[in-house]
Amino acid sequence: MKIVVGQGSCGIASGAKKTEAEFTKQIKVGGLKATVKKTGCIGNCYLEPIVDVYSEGGDLEARYVQVHEEDVTAIVESHIRKGEVLEDKLISEVDKTFLSKQSRIVLRNAGIIDPENIDEYVAVGGYEGLAKVLGEMKPTDVIEELKVSGLRGRGGAGFPTWFKWDAAMKSPGKEKYMVCNADEGDPGAFMDRSVLEGDPHTLLEGMIIGGYTIGASEGVIYVRAEYPLAIERLNIAIAQAEKSGYLGKNILGSGFDFSIRIKAGAGAFVCGEETALIASLEGERGMPRLKPPFPAQKGYWQTPTNINNVETFANIPVIISKGGAAFGALGTDKSKGSKVFALAGKIKKGGLVEVPMGLPLKDIIFGIGDGIKKDKKFKAVQMGGPSGGCIPADLADTPVDYENITKTGAIVGSGGMIVMDEDTCMVDMARYFLDFTRKESCGKCNYCRIGTKRMLEILERITQGEGKEGDIELLVELANKVKDGSLCGLGQTAPNPVLTTIKYFRNEYEDHIYNKHCTAHYCKALIKYEITDACKGCTLCAKKCPTGAITGELKGKHVIDQALCIKCGKCEENCNFSAVLRD
Amino acid sequence: MCETIKATYQDKDYPELAPVLDKYAGTRGSLITILQKAQDTYGYLSTDVIGYISARTGETPAKIYGVATFYTQFRLAPIGENLIMLCAGTACHVNGTQAIAEAISEHLGVDDGETTEDNKFTLNIVACLGCCSLAPAMMVKGPSGDAVYGNLTKTSVVKVIEEIRAQG
Repeated sequence: MKIVVGQGSCGIASGAKKTEAEFTKQIKVGGLKATVKKTGCIGNCYLEPIVDVYSEGGDLEARYVQVHEEDVTAIVESHIRKGEVLEDKLISEVDKTFLSKQSRIVLRNAGIIDPENIDEYVAVGGYEGLAKVLGEMKPTDVIEELKVSGLRGRGGAGFPTWFKWDAAMKSPGKEKYMVCNADEGDPGAFMDRSVLEGDPHTLLEGMIIGGYTIGASEGVIYVRAEYPLAIERLNIAIAQAEKSGYLGKNILGSGFDFSIRIKAGAGAFVCGEETALIASLEGERGMPRLKPPFPAQKGYWQTPTNINNVETFANIPVIISKGGAAFGALGTDKSKGSKVFALAGKIKKGGLVEVPMGLPLKDIIFGIGDGIKKDKKFKAVQMGGPSGGCIPADLADTPVDYENITKTGAIVGSGGMIVMDEDTCMVDMARYFLDFTRKESCGKCNYCRIGTKRMLEILERITQGEGKEGDIELLVELANKVKDGSLCGLGQTAPNPVLTTIKYFRNEYEDHIYNKHCTAHYCKALIKYEITDACKGCTLCAKKCPTGAITGELKGKHVIDQALCIKCGKCEENCNFSAVLRD
Repeated sequence: MCETIKATYQDKDYPELAPVLDKYAGTRGSLITILQKAQDTYGYLSTDVIGYISARTGETPAKIYGVATFYTQFRLAPIGENLIMLCAGTACHVNGTQAIAEAISEHLGVDDGETTEDNKFTLNIVACLGCCSLAPAMMVKGPSGDAVYGNLTKTSVVKVIEEIRAQG
């Protein structure tokens, strides 16, 4: 029997390491015939820690969810000793659909194989694509296959991958580089981390194929320093691939040499931009430069360089081994294949979701994610992070592909999908993203550096109840100037969250500015706490109030003195009778 | 510049960092790696450490300072025993990071970027830890390694902090 404990960052944070240790201990102490292994992120992050039990023959016998240290004994006693599946901890039929409604290409191995064991990757067809490329394909054949597949860059811009590879291949130069952008900087997106932690070899295989195609002999993975587990597993994977002859000199006897090294990023969102990433790789401040020359002509150390995102590379081995046509059959006419989305926010079942391009938004949010937490009202979904925008609930039928999402004013981006409910203030969301881009602006372009700062000041004023007539128009004017006056994608897209919220939720801006009222009852300066007739006079709120603003007799209705209230919300949190109203 | 700096900052004063520079000083594009190793060793980048790196690499202190201040990872002041990295990514924000930040600030008496007087905790509000389904979440880097805590509430975050304090 094989016991597999899911150990992506989410699993570990939920206690998966303790669960694994407890299984190992009990198996050893009990002298039982079972091995305990680990795997990457299984995807149902909301059910972690997740434990799979496989039979000797390798069939999945049971998937247990929310298995904490203290739950191990029951599983060992019932399933491992007696062979009886423990119903209590079993994944529910409803939760099973979270995975069964997906089409997993990028995440095909995550949560199934042991990411620290190359043999498990090879056993599921790993490195077959590489063998095929080196054995029977010319670089131009690889590019043809990519063209057929229709794969577009998964990092945000959605640029055709074959085009970039073709340009780098045709660019003259002895020394070339294949770079992987694993600096996943979008707040709210974690699909790259899942691949790095759950299936690092698929990234390596994609990069080696890319290196062969463009004629590079060295690959560099630029990975976030905030992902220590990813770095650890990549290091293990690289060492194993070198030992097995998939990396190094004369790979698989083909005469092709390729090595890969890791460079840890130091935290700068702008380094997602290619030329900024290259500057950072060279040890400089990560500031973008004018294109052309494109990295394909003059990139890392002025040599032809190709940069792709982790998810893009993870698709490559499948495209090669199964054929570009099979990949292209999935998705829509212009957006082919599948895409991984990080479903989070006010969603019941958050996690990583990989679906064919073109699926309507509502199928992802309600079909897979099971709708909004506490069954509140769905207001909007934010896509594309700080470069994207908020799509309102009435556009939930929009198919998720590059063209249709762009039409709404948002972007597919790297795949962050943050769901918002009636309690989320859209003006505050715009303020939140502007605060982020303002901090992350490298400062090279005036409009991006100062424009985002000025926009943020206006948004702060509005959320603090000091908005005035003309603010919305001024925001739009500034937004367009920042877009036009910025060199790189960061500045060109930074106003998107503001523009989309004004487009779809102008009423909320107006409510803040003219009525001094926050529609979502979120902005502190604009809310007011009041005690309703439901008050039983238990005096708890008066005791918890830090400023003594609440008065009232025992068993009598209490009252808040608005002049003393600091709007900390302690009364609302502590009231057992829902008698505190926030308006 | 070079001669004075070289005379001031010598290998013998930086025994932990000298081997790192032996390895990387001559490799182009290694400045960020050197700074990362220096910070791992000393916990932060002091003026002296920047001076020493300058002496060994030939880069001006101004250039090194420019790179160090560009990236969020680098610190120019020491931190407490435990570094609380509170996630303010989008998923955490909509799930109430702000209230958690206020609870930590109130409990420890420090704001973002500050260290408690007893040097036990430093609070840093960071962009995204990538644990969005555990929002709101935080990572604590302490003497016994890194740990992520998810689904925080104003009460649970204080409990976690006190548990860490109790561990010594």
